[in-house]
Amino acid sequence: MPTTERPAAPAQPAVQLTLRLNGREATFAVEPDVTLLDLLRERAGLTGSKKGCDRGQCGACTVLVNGRRTLSCLALALAHAGDAITTIEGLAAGSELHPVQAAFVEHDAFQCGFCTPGQILSAVGAIAEGHARTGDEIREAMSGNLCRCGAYPNIVAAIAAVQRAR
Amino acid sequence: MRAFEYVVAASSAAARTLAREVDGARFYAGGTTLVDLMKADVERPRRVIDISRLPLAAIEQRGDVVRIGALARNSDVAYDARIVLHFPAVSEALLSGASGQIRNAATIGGNLLQRTRCSYFRETRWRCNKREPGSGCDALDGFNRGHAVLGTSDSCIASYPGDLAVALCALSARVVVEGNDGERTIALDDLYVLPGEHPERETTLGPGELITAVELRAERLHERSHYLKIRDRASFEFALVSVACAVELDGKNIAQARLALGGVGTVPWRAREAEAALTGAPPGEAAFRRAAETALTGARTRAHNAYKVELAQRAIVRALRSVCGTGA
Repeated sequence: MPTTERPAAPAQPAVQLTLRLNGREATFAVEPDVTLLDLLRERAGLTGSKKGCDRGQCGACTVLVNGRRTLSCLALALAHAGDAITTIEGLAAGSELHPVQAAFVEHDAFQCGFCTPGQILSAVGAIAEGHARTGDEIREAMSGNLCRCGAYPNIVAAIAAVQRAR
Repeated sequence: MRAFEYVVAASSAAARTLAREVDGARFYAGGTTLVDLMKADVERPRRVIDISRLPLAAIEQRGDVVRIGALARNSDVAYDARIVLHFPAVSEALLSGASGQIRNAATIGGNLLQRTRCSYFRETRWRCNKREPGSGCDALDGFNRGHAVLGTSDSCIASYPGDLAVALCALSARVVVEGNDGERTIALDDLYVLPGEHPERETTLGPGELITAVELRAERLHERSHYLKIRDRASFEFALVSVACAVELDGKNIAQARLALGGVGTVPWRAREAEAALTGAPPGEAAFRRAAETALTGARTRAHNAYKVELAQRAIVRALRSVCGTGA
């Protein structure tokens, strides 16, 4: 379909959106053009999820939606009413790191840290999917997460260590 | 992103009514193509109709027909035991596409309707007949290394980007469409239209029509199927060339063959004459090469994509070797 010039739709007022954010029910007033990523960062104050490319190419915005890893930059917030969202802020059990977080520290699986929240949530999702059993599987499963520092070998090692301990 | 109205559809009928009411409405399922292109200002919907909660995500088998709901997620379909067993090419195609995160969000219906990756389409400063009908095509004499060599026109050489549709095309899938006059089922081939003089029209879907399912027939031919994707990176990249094939061997000859190509066509490209060339032949290099040459006979290349002809031919031979068990 062509991108013809049409009068823009009148801006729609914000509507109430309730979802489960890191285990707690949360309600926001949200306009249609707010992505899940912008909701998390700018409305909920959860800036752990990063805006890298904002176009679905880098994986820095990865979160778990109902336990499955997905890109929050390509999702409209309003489409996630009632969903359970897990961000990096909600992954640890109190002061005890999630095993994937602990493994990233143990294996020095980051340098600047910008891609790390997305890497960790993607790894948690990939392990749960059951297709991160070998080095090749891990590399394939993690191909949606870019690391400009090139920490890839240590990221693979961290995920493999979590896999072995399971 | 431009302002738009967001509405949740309570049923598929309601979704279609909502779509017919407004010029420039879009269905929202996984969002992975639509939100991306809205950010690029290529898609400018006035109304976004959220269909993501409609009960259209089931994968069901009735007799020898496997019906995949249009809202089934790519990852769920790829790992479904029935799909892996009966239609390996479909599973392989899905797993070769996008990334784990995107496969968890993207749906089967949305996947079929994904838009081309042509950079002149995706950037509004260039001329593009698909995006702005009649404006011209900057890809024709631009950097067209990724562009199509089959099914092109003087108006458009954008390649169809998907993997799934290529596998479905080879396996003679059918698409269930809900419209104003009820449900109709069309061959996947008949969903897509060649660009011709109107590249802005990509499918035969009418206003307010909704894809609700894809159907595949479980048969011996489809069990021996394979999807081979050639790309610049090993993962998370679109195809330069891809091949979906299926064969049924009878004793020492090929009884039936199916062949479709991705990355080289403006639509998922079924190579029927190449299939005919394989039928009755003994599986081997001679038959594979003949089929490969037949499949690319009508290729029309531009400045940077002539390599795709040879690449596609080699990929066809390799995919056929693999599926016939005559060496990888």
